[in-house]
Amino acid sequence: MARTDMLLPGLADPVLDAQQIFRAVLDAMARPGTIVDLPSPPASPEPLDPATTAIVLALNDQETVVWLDDAADSEAVRQHLRFHCGSPLTADPAQAHFAIVGDIRAMPPLASFNLGGDEYPDRSTTLILQVPDLTGGTTWTLGGPGIRDRATLAVAGLPDGFRDQVIENHLGFPRGVDLIFTCGARATALPRSTRVEG
Amino acid sequence: MPETDHQDRRRWMGVLAKAAPEEVAAAWSGLPAIPAYDFLRRPETGLVMVRGRIGGDGAAFNAGEMTVTRCSVRLAGGTIGHAWIAGRRADQAERAAVLDALMQDPARRPAIGRAIDWLAELQEARRDRGAHEAAATRVDFFTMVRGAG
Repeated sequence: MARTDMLLPGLADPVLDAQQIFRAVLDAMARPGTIVDLPSPPASPEPLDPATTAIVLALNDQETVVWLDDAADSEAVRQHLRFHCGSPLTADPAQAHFAIVGDIRAMPPLASFNLGGDEYPDRSTTLILQVPDLTGGTTWTLGGPGIRDRATLAVAGLPDGFRDQVIENHLGFPRGVDLIFTCGARATALPRSTRVEG
Repeated sequence: MPETDHQDRRRWMGVLAKAAPEEVAAAWSGLPAIPAYDFLRRPETGLVMVRGRIGGDGAAFNAGEMTVTRCSVRLAGGTIGHAWIAGRRADQAERAAVLDALMQDPARRPAIGRAIDWLAELQEARRDRGAHEAAATRVDFFTMVRGAG
């Protein structure tokens, strides 16, 4: 029997809280580069930030396969996922519907995740990337659907070459992964439809 | 958790799952002070598929769906209790989860165990009553002997 003495509470009101979180993620995805505030769940397993936990609790269920990188992987996180979401875990990024990345500098290339097929591009992996800060990094200029004229994104702590991977990810549209950056209780998104222009 | 504890726990969780809500409420009100607790998972109602095997060894089949309510709590001391009960009574699921947590504490087990035993007796009496009522209307079919006379 698995030890369950580290279990933490899930969302206080699973229906309403999950709807609020879903709406915030939807807004972030619809307007790339916009930073949204997420309602914080009552508890967050180490080493996840409240925003990461909130997104996981709202979006994951027993049908979403989750991949954890080494930095995000802990017994507390596994128990939280199993108990509250019932999500199966995988060690293979290409099998994942959701990937939780605690250390973006050590993560495998974006192309190693599930990019979806031409017939079902929606089956690709959604990456939740925990970063040191959502602002203060090198500023990227964004364009594309959901962006009037120009938007900017300045996520801090990104590794060298990450920008090239994001550009390549966009070129494969409609296939490709969607990125959600989280820090503390805030998040911003970079869907595959967004062009990095400068 | 040792095997015997496992079986004991299976028994009390089964009793709580099948108890009538008002019986659980009555047992609850007769208990000593209940420690404070938090919800790990608030009571939520859903459907489970009940599966069966004819004769205990046939192929498994889906007998039908039933409504269940589940709940998980953590006592102030850190003990975690789970409950899955038949029906859609959130208050019963909550009480059953707290009782499951209390039963895991050896110091409290005698007092709480008496309440569980009382619930088990009520269930047994109900089952016997149902069996008697059914037995009263039993019809035996005999094969007619053909060609006699």
